[in-house]
Amino acid sequence: MCRVVDLRQAVLAKNDASAHELRAHLAARGIAVVNLLSSPGSGKTALLERELLLARERAVPVAALSADLATENDAARLARSGVPVKQVLTDGLCHLEAGMLAGHLDGWLPDDTRLLFVENVGNLVCPASYDLGETLRVTLASVTEGEDKPLKYPTAFGLAHLVVVTKTDIAEAVEFDEAAFRANVEQVNPGVEVILTSARRGQGVGALLDRALAAVDGTPVHSPVMARQPHHHGHPHTHPEATGTMAHTHS
Amino acid sequence: MHEMSVALAVVDQVEEAATRAGDVTAVRSVRLQVGELAGVVPDALAFSFELACAGTLLEGAELITEAVPGRARCTPCAHEWAVGMPPRLTCPACGGTRTDLLAGRELQILDVHWEDGLGPAHTPTREPIPEER
Ligand SMILES: Nc1nc2c(ncn2[C@@H]2O[C@H](COP(=O)(O)OP(=O)(O)OP(=O)(O)O)[C@@H](O)[C@H]2O)c(=O)[nH]1
Ligand SMILES: [Mg+2]
Ligand SMILES: [Zn+2]
Ligand SMILES: [Zn+2]
Ligand SMILES: [Zn+2]
Repeated sequence: MCRVVDLRQAVLAKNDASAHELRAHLAARGIAVVNLLSSPGSGKTALLERELLLARERAVPVAALSADLATENDAARLARSGVPVKQVLTDGLCHLEAGMLAGHLDGWLPDDTRLLFVENVGNLVCPASYDLGETLRVTLASVTEGEDKPLKYPTAFGLAHLVVVTKTDIAEAVEFDEAAFRANVEQVNPGVEVILTSARRGQGVGALLDRALAAVDGTPVHSPVMARQPHHHGHPHTHPEATGTMAHTHS
Repeated sequence: MHEMSVALAVVDQVEEAATRAGDVTAVRSVRLQVGELAGVVPDALAFSFELACAGTLLEGAELITEAVPGRARCTPCAHEWAVGMPPRLTCPACGGTRTDLLAGRELQILDVHWEDGLGPAHTPTREPIPEER
């Protein structure tokens, strides 16, 4: 016979479960993941090269994993810093998922690591939907991309714990309007910190490392409005958790 | 496009539910709630869904998407508003930045319409399936 069956399951429930598991597993080892999101070519690798070098100078044990559709170029650039680096080829997939990341860390990530920087696939749409078990999600945009990037990609900027502007050395040439950019970020993610950097000139280099270290040390990170939801199911009912006697029968 | 990954996740979850229920012969439709801020394009999803269903129990199943508009509420002044697209998450009434997002991030399977070889149910058909986690 024909029937309608109530499922009420979050579509990304599996990824979310893997992400929670990975976060807990890494936290127990004192490791935090920093997930870097941006459009292709915004300067993720260039900034990361500088941050990794700095970490090495300061003797902070860090590692980096770079995900790309093709080529090992980014890993080769990052490896010059001397920290452990791994390249992941996503085989056509436009984003990393938590389960994939966990698989790649298995047996590779050194035990004494404190921070793992993950350079996600250059893409502002798809990676935004996938929690990787990160403690700090960073969304980057270069000054050449236009001040309205945060409005065009609201989930990428709206879910960020930190926003990084890159390539400020050429801000003047492209007439980057910092106030307009900040206002647009504020509209989709009120209260998030925006830092200005130039990998070329060294401006703001170290800020990312400092924020990441603060996060791994337990300093609370920014809580984006978009990531905060009082109730996920979208239907009115009282929760049985209060009495502790009944199980929650949906997800 | 991660809509394909999303579509595959939907197919996967429906197939699992069908296996749990037993004796499901065909899936007619799947109803999905898609929030305005879920980062998924419904048209692209419909296209991917058709491909993802091919050769599975869901072959030919219809995807019914229910859009959920984004709504927010200001903590200090209690003003409620439709966030729109691009979303405005600062309060239009008081300019406040302490906002609660009430709706708009949903991406969930609501229910599934399927055929099975079982007789009329002894229990109400809308009984929710217990979650696994
Ligand atoms: N002027 C200037 N150019 C930069 C800066 N950082 C990066 N670039 C240039 O921008 C281009 C892209 O930089 P990458 O670091 O490869 O960018 P990416 O985000 O890692 O790119 P994908 O991994 O392909 O998404 C290169 O030509 C860099 O030299 C900077 O601070 N200033
Ligand atoms: Mg790169
Ligand atoms: Zn509930
Ligand atoms: Zn994609
Ligand atoms: Zn208000």
